[in-house]
Amino acid sequence: MQALYAQLLVGLINGSFYALLSLGLAVIFGMLNIINFAHGALYMMGAFCAYFLLNIAGIGYWPALIIAPIVVGIFGMILERTMLQWLSGLDHLYGLLLTFGIALIVQGVFQNYFGSSGLPYAIPDELKGGMNLGFMFLPIYRGWVVVFSLVVCIATWFLIEKTRLGANLRAATENPTLVRAFGINVPRMITLTYGLGVGLAALAGVLSAPINQVRPLMGADLIIVVFAVVVIGGMGSIMGSIITGFALGVIEGLTKYFYPEASNTVVFVLMVLVLLVKPAGLTGRAA
Amino acid sequence: MSALTDDTLPTSPRAIRDEMIVFAAMAVLLAMVPATGIYPFFVMQALCFALLACAFNLLIGYGGLLSFGHAMFLGTAGYCTAHALKVWGFTPELGILVGVAAAAALSVVTGFISIRRQGIYFSMITLALSQLLYFIYLQMPFTHGEDGIQGIPQGYLFGVFNLANPTVLYYVVLAGFLGGFLLIYRTINSPFGEVLKSIRENEQRAISLGYKTDQYKLLAFILSGTIAGFAGSLKVFVAQNASLTDVHWTMSGEIVLMTLVGGLGTVFGPVVGAFVIIAMQQYLAGFGQWVTVIQGVIFVACVLTFRRGVIGEIAHYFRRSL
Repeated sequence: MQALYAQLLVGLINGSFYALLSLGLAVIFGMLNIINFAHGALYMMGAFCAYFLLNIAGIGYWPALIIAPIVVGIFGMILERTMLQWLSGLDHLYGLLLTFGIALIVQGVFQNYFGSSGLPYAIPDELKGGMNLGFMFLPIYRGWVVVFSLVVCIATWFLIEKTRLGANLRAATENPTLVRAFGINVPRMITLTYGLGVGLAALAGVLSAPINQVRPLMGADLIIVVFAVVVIGGMGSIMGSIITGFALGVIEGLTKYFYPEASNTVVFVLMVLVLLVKPAGLTGRAA
Repeated sequence: MSALTDDTLPTSPRAIRDEMIVFAAMAVLLAMVPATGIYPFFVMQALCFALLACAFNLLIGYGGLLSFGHAMFLGTAGYCTAHALKVWGFTPELGILVGVAAAAALSVVTGFISIRRQGIYFSMITLALSQLLYFIYLQMPFTHGEDGIQGIPQGYLFGVFNLANPTVLYYVVLAGFLGGFLLIYRTINSPFGEVLKSIRENEQRAISLGYKTDQYKLLAFILSGTIAGFAGSLKVFVAQNASLTDVHWTMSGEIVLMTLVGGLGTVFGPVVGAFVIIAMQQYLAGFGQWVTVIQGVIFVACVLTFRRGVIGEIAHYFRRSL
């Protein structure tokens, strides 16, 4: 039973990353109509940013949790301003191709300087050790990751669904011209939204740095699983991406316990099953 | 969807004539390669990828469907052909048949699943399916995991042509490429191809005209996957191995890049693109990981400034369809 709970916890942690990443993808898709293939690379940049902050500037985990998403978010906004904005009005596929190219560049540059092996990032002192819950041993850092990302997800949901800013954002997705007529600077809003989505990816990167090692390709394979999560969830609603992300992480963890051979493939198999039954995805609107 | 290839000209007798002239020139040039002293292995490899890119282009350029998982057909056919040759001791033609049949079966299944969603969802689904296969091949015993299937016997095609002879092998690969190319060309210029183009331009209208567009798209997907598989089977004889790199999604990205560089939705673009990218990998190999960065830069540059690709730009300049 100990092993089952441990795998469930691993599943919840992976689920947190899936949720944070697919949430960022959904936010970006909503405003820019672009599937951000560079999301995995930006997640990796978040982790590296935390690593640099610690090893070059001596800045620890807690400030990195804020600084890294801002730095990577600004990098993302520069990308949006210099490249992505020229694609508005073109076929969606060009956005996918452009961000794929950006991902290749970013990952290639990091691979050149850091090889493919992982760099260690220590768990902050405050979150070291673990708790004995009676039925299992809970490493505090892992518990923290799950709780913290859940809070961030809910906060993002609140920002977009319940605040005035979010209302403007959703309105701009529906009808940019009309929203502009109300005096809202839509291009700036798009840039900021891209920054927000990228920041969420970078935040996931910082959270994952102490658990998984910091590697140039850490986001490359993860992003494809996240795409499968997105297809399953359908990106129709923000809450949908969050729930799907966590749920799939847990299912993956359970598979690792009961039938480890399928743990790499279970998300994709689920995607196939969902597509056969409900092509639009679980929370998606009809295509 | 129309933004993809916004200025393809309607097929006219003149266009067909132009394309036939270019095709003849291409065939003659390629047939002369063994006489020139160019490293034949490089050209053979490029020909396999050119056929693969052409098969991919059939979907994106004429059906508007961006498959990001075409490596799965390349890899599946490669593994099956390699296994049939090495373990079962099949003759080359039967080995190719096994590979192509496997790719065809795979494209029926994956096509049925992925055609259910459109646009970028379609791309993500094909990508996820190919990654699913990657993990399956990683674990299945017959693929030998990270090692791949190596030391594949080349044998005698139809009992006559000795594929271990580089010149003979070259002409066999060339014949395979030209045959596949003509099949695609014929498809594009058939009534079926016209319906595909109409789906790319405006799927809703095609539906309202009474076309069962899903069936057309599925058929195009199967045809594309099967030809891609054929390219994968041919590649086994050239490389004499089948490995995981052929199934990995970065390979799918390279296929997209080849087509994009040459020109989406042009007849000859994928061929030119494949030669450019393979040559680049060959001659820039010394730069190690920077090759990935260079490929990324080409991707970005193509999407931002050069969307028509090499052949697309030439065709646009001369106001011809190529």
